[in-house]
Amino acid sequence: MAADKLSTRHLLGIKDINLNDIELIFETADNFKEVINRPIKKVPSLRDITIANIFFENSTRTKLSFELAEKRLSADVVNFAASSSSVSKGETLIDTVNNILAMKVDMVVMRHPYAGAGQFLSRHINAQIVNAGDGAHEHPTQALLDAFSIREKLGDVAGKKVVIVGDILHSRVAISNILCLQKLGAEVMVCGPTTLIPKHIGALGVKVEHDLMKALNWCDVANMLRIQLERMDIKYFPTGREYSMMYGLNKQILDSLDKEIVVMHPGPINRGVEITSDVADSKQSIILNQVENGVAVRMAVLYLLASQNDK
Amino acid sequence: MQKRTLLSGQKLQITIKRLCHQLIENHIDFNNTVLIGIQPRGTFFADRVHQELSEILKTDTIKKGHLDITFFRDDFRRKDGLVTASSNTIDFIIEGKQVILIDDVLWTGRTIRAAMDALLAYGRPESVELMALIDRRFSRHLPIEANYIGLQVDSIDSQKVKVSWKENEGEDKVILLSEPSSPKKS
Repeated sequence: MAADKLSTRHLLGIKDINLNDIELIFETADNFKEVINRPIKKVPSLRDITIANIFFENSTRTKLSFELAEKRLSADVVNFAASSSSVSKGETLIDTVNNILAMKVDMVVMRHPYAGAGQFLSRHINAQIVNAGDGAHEHPTQALLDAFSIREKLGDVAGKKVVIVGDILHSRVAISNILCLQKLGAEVMVCGPTTLIPKHIGALGVKVEHDLMKALNWCDVANMLRIQLERMDIKYFPTGREYSMMYGLNKQILDSLDKEIVVMHPGPINRGVEITSDVADSKQSIILNQVENGVAVRMAVLYLLASQNDK
Repeated sequence: MQKRTLLSGQKLQITIKRLCHQLIENHIDFNNTVLIGIQPRGTFFADRVHQELSEILKTDTIKKGHLDITFFRDDFRRKDGLVTASSNTIDFIIEGKQVILIDDVLWTGRTIRAAMDALLAYGRPESVELMALIDRRFSRHLPIEANYIGLQVDSIDSQKVKVSWKENEGEDKVILLSEPSSPKKS
């Protein structure tokens, strides 16, 4: 059994936590998964904690998932979206957050378009910070819930082969996933067009493959990423149709493989681009399990972090 | 550390038998009654009671579950450690049932308070009773008393009652541990 305490006060990235932390989060998430499947899906653990969800970037799943996790732990929740706030009037990040903290908030869940925003904030403010995605840097809770879902589906993460397909260059999910899966002992490969694979990604110890068929034949799990058009300032491939033909996963390809692989997607899905509808809705897809596990894993993260927040 | 054995071997076995007969007196055939052991240590006692009851009544239909109270504790963030939870195994409906909560030691009553809260997440029981192997009387922080008691002991806060079972520590035994008192100056 894992030790009973996280090694960190914030969850800024997978890079900052160790294997023991990940195992502790998983064990706790197992308990919370049972909790959220009960008739009454709520426990009173965080009833004296206030959490601010600060989103400087759009989000559906992550925001809802965090909010549900917080509410199921009985925390008080305030939501903040940058688009409808004073940020557009020129307020700085520290000022914005300090103003929120002045209203006695204990934890901050933050998504920000710039890499390192969480790290920066953690040096300047007193509250505990959970990174809900910072630019193309890290998205730790997504990586944790992905690994948790693989563990749930395949029994273990160690020794499994996972390929991450698509826009690795702009993806915080890819970086966090690579770090998390490697810490848990899985082999990781990235696959995509040359333009969307960072030049030195091999330094992280991952395999690089440009042929989707080869990658799929190698793997136990395929994590299909979305093309992040909103982050692309130049053209990285000729057309969406061509990308889809080269790197899209369809039922025909899936059936042609000699083993049954697990298909994952962090959402939002662009159906017909990186993955077709019949694959997304197939038996091999665990996309909706990922969403369910997201709540349990985030409950575990918030619960374990809050336990270090002494009264 | 001074040790005093409170219960062991055959005497413990007789105590469990007596408690089972007391349960039968009130619940007869256990048609609408379920046993719930409190994690982590009450479960061993609950399993024993369940086993003994099943033997006496020659039935295998008595329902038993394990309840974890970690997320319902009132000392979260107020003391070190103990954040990791154990599993809940309640694969039946609590609604309308007569529930016997089972724990090894009843001390401040806070665990039982949390257990009653945790139990409600599974439905509204018809009634809840409490069985404790050891009742450390006069040390309650809350107005909670047990319906079925194995043994009452008088103890002070600095003492500890430790219940071990064959299943977890190789021996059935209840001991009272106390720090040696410092010699009094006359």
